[in-house]
Amino acid sequence: MHSTWIYIMIMAAVTFMIRALPMTLIRKPIRNVFIRSFLYYVPYVTLAVMTFPAIIECTNSMWAGVLALVIGIFAAYKNVSLIGVALICCLTVFISELFIL
Amino acid sequence: MFKDKAPVLKEGFKDGIPIGLGYFAVAFSLGIIAANAGLSAFQGFMASLLCNASAGEYAGFVVIATGAGYLQMVIMTVVANMRYLLMSTALSQRCSSSMSLAHRLVLSFYITDELFGITIARKGKVNPFYTYGAVVPATLMWASGTAMGIIAGNILPLRIVSALSVALYGMFIAVIIPPAKENRVILWTIIACFILSYLSAYHLPFMKDLSSGTRTIILTVIICSAVACLFPREEEDA
Repeated sequence: MHSTWIYIMIMAAVTFMIRALPMTLIRKPIRNVFIRSFLYYVPYVTLAVMTFPAIIECTNSMWAGVLALVIGIFAAYKNVSLIGVALICCLTVFISELFIL
Repeated sequence: MFKDKAPVLKEGFKDGIPIGLGYFAVAFSLGIIAANAGLSAFQGFMASLLCNASAGEYAGFVVIATGAGYLQMVIMTVVANMRYLLMSTALSQRCSSSMSLAHRLVLSFYITDELFGITIARKGKVNPFYTYGAVVPATLMWASGTAMGIIAGNILPLRIVSALSVALYGMFIAVIIPPAKENRVILWTIIACFILSYLSAYHLPFMKDLSSGTRTIILTVIICSAVACLFPREEEDA
């Protein structure tokens, strides 16, 4: 049995280390092209993988999730802010589920 | 050594309020996930106060929900927060070389997409007091939003919970889509991610039996390695 508090401490410690290491230790830019490229693509890949299919699994109706994904991508494409896109996705689900369910 | 501490602190506080309001909605949806993982409101509050990471906490709560080992928590947290390595590196280039270690450590603790964004958007060398001002409303609403999500997630009507639960994914979408407009490699990488993630969640043997956290790690390492080999980034920007 794992302790929730130990999980939280690990999350906090590892997250802090990742943020603090470059700020305190790495003063020179990274030269290795593969590592630089790998690091460059990581956020896009991780966030994309975590978003889909999870976004269609968390709503009451799968189709509301699909709609939120499509409209969210459109809003982001139009440069709506992070928070704006988040709220548009919520509204999309709320309104579409009024009709679907 | 930093000028105008008080007014800069106040300026940061003001800019932090709209960020905090947005954080509250996203944190609420994170709280719903934390509740499913069995966290109490206080545990969720502390996790958010100590981590300040949407994707990282989400990934962590998924690990807790599946009851996976501590080592997997370490790996998952590293993967989900890897982008902060880049932001921290970028921020370090904008800090005065005389900035004390203490300031560097506190600033590091609060590198989130938005706080990093408003810090780096200011002209000249980084004034940490501006960021500290913004940190107060932003992190308090982030942590209390998580706690509220855990408490109210079970009380609110199902319709509202369903709607709020996509806030987090909406924020992820808003991070990855704008760069995809200008960079075709990112665009096709995201499309490939969606397809591979869908296939491995439902169809691919072996992959579909893994927890979603493990799948995220494996997919990230494979896809990023492939894209980094096929489309290495030569130029210094990024």
